[in-house]
Amino acid sequence: MPATRETRLVTKRFGDEQAKTLAGYVASGGYQALKKALGMQPAAILDEVKKSNLRGRGGAGFPTGMKWGFIPKDAKTTYLVCNADESEPGTCKDRELMYWDPHLLIEGMAIASFALGCHHAYLYIRGEMMREHAVMQAAVDEAYRGGLLGKRVAGSGYELDITVHRGAGAYICGEETSLLNSLEGRRGWPRMKPPFPAVKGLFGQPTIVNNVETLMNVPFIVEQGGGVFAELGMGRSGGTRILCVSGHVNRPGVYELPLGITTRQLIDEVCGGIWKGRKVKAVIPGGSSMPPLDESELDVPIEFDALMTDPRIKEVEVRPGVKFDLGGGKTLRTMAGSGGVVVMDDQADLPAICARIMQFYAHESCGQCTPCREGTGWLARISQRVADGRGLPGDLELMESIAHGIGGNTICALGDAAAWPMLGFLTKFRGEFEAKLAASVAGAA
Amino acid sequence: MPDPGDLVTLEVDGHAITARAGQTIWEAARDAGIQVPVLCHDERLRPVGVCRLCVVDIGGRTLAAACVRPVEAGMKVATASPLVVKQRAVLLRLLLADHPTPCTRERTTGDCALEAEARAAGLLGVADSDSLPRGPVRALDASSPVIAVDLSSCILCDRCVRGCNELQSNDVLTRSGKGYGTTITFDLGLPMGSSSCVSCGECAAVCPTGALTHKPLGAPLRPRAELTAVDTTCPYCGVGCALTVQVDRAENRIVYIDGRKNGHNEARLCVKGRYGFDYTTHPQRLTRPLIRRDTHYPKGGLSADVRGAGAGERGRGRGRRAGGHVDYAEVMPAFREATWDEALDLVATRLGAIRTTHGPNALAGFGSAKCSNEEAYLFQKLVRTAFGTNNVDHCTRLCHASSVAALMETIGSGAVTNVFHDIKRADFALLVGTNTTVNHPVAATFFKEAVRAGTRLAVIDVRRPGIADHAWKFLRQRPGADVALLGGMIHVILEERLYNEPFVRERTVGLDALAAAAAPMTPELAEKISGVPADEIRAVARAFASARAAMIFWGMGVSQHSHGTDNARALIALCLLCGHIGRPGTGLHPLRGQNNVQGASDAGLIPMLFPDYQSVTDPVVRARFEAAWGFALDPVPGLTVVEIMQAALEHRVRGMYMMGENPFLSDPNINKVRKALSALDFLVVQDIFLTETAEFADVILPATSFFEKTGTFTNTDRRVQLGHAALAPPGEARLDWEIICDVATRMGAPMHYDGPEAIFNELRSLAPSLAGLDYTSLEGAGRLWPGDQEILFGDDFPSGKGRLVPTSFAPARELPDAEFPIVLVTGRLLEHWHTGSMTRRSRALDALEPEAFVELHPNDGTHLGIAEGDFVLARSRRGEIVLRARLSTATSEGSCFIPFHFREAAANLLTIDALDPVGKIPEFKFCAVALSRA
Repeated sequence: MPATRETRLVTKRFGDEQAKTLAGYVASGGYQALKKALGMQPAAILDEVKKSNLRGRGGAGFPTGMKWGFIPKDAKTTYLVCNADESEPGTCKDRELMYWDPHLLIEGMAIASFALGCHHAYLYIRGEMMREHAVMQAAVDEAYRGGLLGKRVAGSGYELDITVHRGAGAYICGEETSLLNSLEGRRGWPRMKPPFPAVKGLFGQPTIVNNVETLMNVPFIVEQGGGVFAELGMGRSGGTRILCVSGHVNRPGVYELPLGITTRQLIDEVCGGIWKGRKVKAVIPGGSSMPPLDESELDVPIEFDALMTDPRIKEVEVRPGVKFDLGGGKTLRTMAGSGGVVVMDDQADLPAICARIMQFYAHESCGQCTPCREGTGWLARISQRVADGRGLPGDLELMESIAHGIGGNTICALGDAAAWPMLGFLTKFRGEFEAKLAASVAGAA
Repeated sequence: MPDPGDLVTLEVDGHAITARAGQTIWEAARDAGIQVPVLCHDERLRPVGVCRLCVVDIGGRTLAAACVRPVEAGMKVATASPLVVKQRAVLLRLLLADHPTPCTRERTTGDCALEAEARAAGLLGVADSDSLPRGPVRALDASSPVIAVDLSSCILCDRCVRGCNELQSNDVLTRSGKGYGTTITFDLGLPMGSSSCVSCGECAAVCPTGALTHKPLGAPLRPRAELTAVDTTCPYCGVGCALTVQVDRAENRIVYIDGRKNGHNEARLCVKGRYGFDYTTHPQRLTRPLIRRDTHYPKGGLSADVRGAGAGERGRGRGRRAGGHVDYAEVMPAFREATWDEALDLVATRLGAIRTTHGPNALAGFGSAKCSNEEAYLFQKLVRTAFGTNNVDHCTRLCHASSVAALMETIGSGAVTNVFHDIKRADFALLVGTNTTVNHPVAATFFKEAVRAGTRLAVIDVRRPGIADHAWKFLRQRPGADVALLGGMIHVILEERLYNEPFVRERTVGLDALAAAAAPMTPELAEKISGVPADEIRAVARAFASARAAMIFWGMGVSQHSHGTDNARALIALCLLCGHIGRPGTGLHPLRGQNNVQGASDAGLIPMLFPDYQSVTDPVVRARFEAAWGFALDPVPGLTVVEIMQAALEHRVRGMYMMGENPFLSDPNINKVRKALSALDFLVVQDIFLTETAEFADVILPATSFFEKTGTFTNTDRRVQLGHAALAPPGEARLDWEIICDVATRMGAPMHYDGPEAIFNELRSLAPSLAGLDYTSLEGAGRLWPGDQEILFGDDFPSGKGRLVPTSFAPARELPDAEFPIVLVTGRLLEHWHTGSMTRRSRALDALEPEAFVELHPNDGTHLGIAEGDFVLARSRRGEIVLRARLSTATSEGSCFIPFHFREAAANLLTIDALDPVGKIPEFKFCAVALSRA
């Protein structure tokens, strides 16, 4: 049965201060899934997760069960790392999830760890999230005291430690291999892939890195079965979706919603419409690294596959008439990303917003590889001069060329994260950029 | 995991190629003749895939960096598809936009890799940099005397970072900042010249652009194509790095030096090897023979420093240049120029007259460990035939004579048992009395690399050496306590029965005597004597004994003592007890000092031994040499270096031939050396500069520098390498071997050779260990004697069984007392070589370390009222000097360290000429001094 707008899988304890305590969490049904899981075969848990169509909520939407399945069969030591370094502009869901329901995350991590044969899991939490860190650390401490972590998890023979580790405020450490380097005490630089973390991750051992929301869905899957979870969703995506809506709407916020909801429904029916009676111009559907949607594209469900493939969404171009090639003949529309929905009204200055986004990625580029380090720097400066009315003839082509030169050519996805919105804005709102440029060229003349 | 032996078939640009599993796409393409452009990769470096210029299309969502992506079976690779070419062009444009084109590298050596790639892509000169707003101007840093830094040329390829941290393991360079503002950084953001950089130049050698370039040293830098490349070795230490000298033939100058990839040093060099070459074209080079004017007799020192003017006059500058080498205006008036014939006739006549009047043993010769094997061989032959005496020695007496004596006594061979590279196969290495990063810098890079790969180091020294930073344990012992400390370790190994019983039973003799001597030396007693906690002694002894494979390296800290032979005996006993010899990763390696000290010893520059360590007292051996040379030879061993000086003082030695040695600064107790040199009836000095010793000469013969010679040189590994002449000698300066031949011929022992190869072949015919080495096979990385074996004595020792020789602790000859309360330890600096005649005339090295200093512990500084940079008067019973103070906790309280390179504050004015009774090596590492503010 598909989820309704009232379905609550991971936000059901929002607003309940008692749920933060072990007693309150247990009273509301907590840790039953863990007890059930400890009685299952790890392979059976993996099967349920595969069946559930749970997809990674960090940004890429990769099937979680498939990822878990990459752990080599003969692995002796494995690690689970929960990526709570939520930093993508427009995204603020993991923070709320951890704040309101820390034990659900612990339970999800414990089940996942058991399924993966991991005895030491890490929670890598964004350094700026001081409030959530305190909540998580307190909950972990309480779980230890309550016998839910440590030598005998929930009275079983299974041993698990969870370490809560604070990051130091670098966006790049949300990239999973940078996160692993950071966790190891190294510079937070992305690693070359392959090898992927599932083969060679933390301390060189097979490692699964999962997002907070992803892991928080695991207890439900174990309790209710993967099939039930899959039916809640649509297509190849199971469960619900947390969307963080910001920008020019009347009721911004963090909402748990069915995967089939469209952007327009989200804006009009959930968030109370565009503010000040204005109209919508553009929407970033999944964090600032995703190409934006224009008004004509808002009737597509905010679901992983739909946003990537629905023909109602235009394909991003590297220059007018030439489609961006994702390899293997695939083209780029947009993606559900991290669930960060940014709504822009019809008076928004898109070249300025684009320049601001470019500045963010230039600031957060680690600098390791050339295309991202140089390219994001140049994009930031060129897009800024265009936005400021100081653009030069040819600047749009230059930005396209640089963005295309970054895309698909970097060690990690940060380069793509800068290139995609740049190309997306230029594809769909080229007129606004041309107008800025025409004005600046006229001003110069 | 793919087996590296497996082969993989893939398709590159439509060609089916076969590659080894584990190879990268870049390597596989290269092997198939397809060059994929790359900036951040160098075959000596771990690939990192950061420049992204080498990206290729393998059909995935993202392009793959060919330098890091392993090949896979069936992979289809496009190295130059339109997408790939476009991506490369974007990258090059971005990099060029901030790049000062042409950059420093392109303007000098003409090999900026970025500009080359841009040129190949047709992007040079058509730059659209006008539309790309330039980033903020990045810094220039001119603070290093040898390396120019221009961060605006930097493309952040991390080659320098890897060169510094992974090849040289110096950990100076890193990146700081992030994103577009990233820069390379020295330490925590210091100017290069104030950082912990040791100026090895590896960063500039691997940098692809003008970001890090060598500064010119006397000759303007030019492209390699315009220069002549000459393969030779390094003239400095016993590591004997292989290098290529880039020569401007027209100007007869060395322009710069490259490390050679086909050498055992794998193209690594240190500051001396890379930047210390311009001494060879210094204006003070001797170019014509000189004869002392009659007006300058009786003989004595000429310059103020050598005359022994009061300490008050020394060290304070007095208008003296920082370079510190002798002012020729002070010394040249004592000599007149002469023709070669006149000078050689005079030498032959005077030495011949002394031989006739006072007998052959009134003559003596000091050869040099800087000269080639051929020159060393001819020199000892000259002394043994034309002079008729065995009074021939060289500076091995001052460095490893005691080690060699102990090795000969215990295992019957004085050379290293295995090469230093073998440390990578050791899981444990004990380093005793070796400041490896300073004195064998390139060997140290391989030690540090081994540590990163898992080898554990234990370092024993009185002064904390840099290598201790990489050690599992550093044991700081009191000066002179080696025998007690090592005895304590032997005690532990015997008491806990940690030794290798089968090995000891089958391969050694003398266990009972060793055990008896070690019994009283409990770790607790060893702690009392050495200051090293008993538990540390136990821990290191256990780790050494229980290692699968352990090596021992040692240096002058072991050998230069009046009990130096005992020190070495104890180390050898440790090794034999535990069976750590004859297998990969095990053995004894006394790190040899001079570039050819091994070879000079092999060639017979030793008073008691003919070439290849054949005893002069053995009648059979002697008969063979008499037959070969056609002369009756003296059956009595000759005098050693310090004994010859003593004999000169007593007029038992009256005539001397000094080839490339400078005992006035290198020998202990200089005030005594001064008297000895002044007392000689006749002294001929053959050298490239007018050295301190030459001030006492009757005749000075201008010789050739290392870079003007062709010949063979033998490094610490027993590795015989061929060096080729890069420069023509200046003026009338002549090759040393030719001068020796002329003197010998004039003295009635005719010598005629076609060249170095003929001399080497004669040496080979008399030295069984070298017999297998064909001269022409010594190119490249050279060859090891005997028989190219890296590891010797797997089955037995030349002496049959190894001897465990008991040792017992005895204190140093001169202990500190109330008047002279501080122990002086002498030694060397990274930037200088021995008596400084070469390095202080190298502008780079002299700029890096221009001044004499004494290093003392800050607490001693406080007690004595001495602050950093103060002038200090250092006195011993034998002399006094004035020099700057440096405070450092590297030196322990109660002792001080003075490098012996500086003529204006010669450490050897203070040192004691006490000798080890067996090795006859002076006790440079221990005498009593007093320090006070000057």
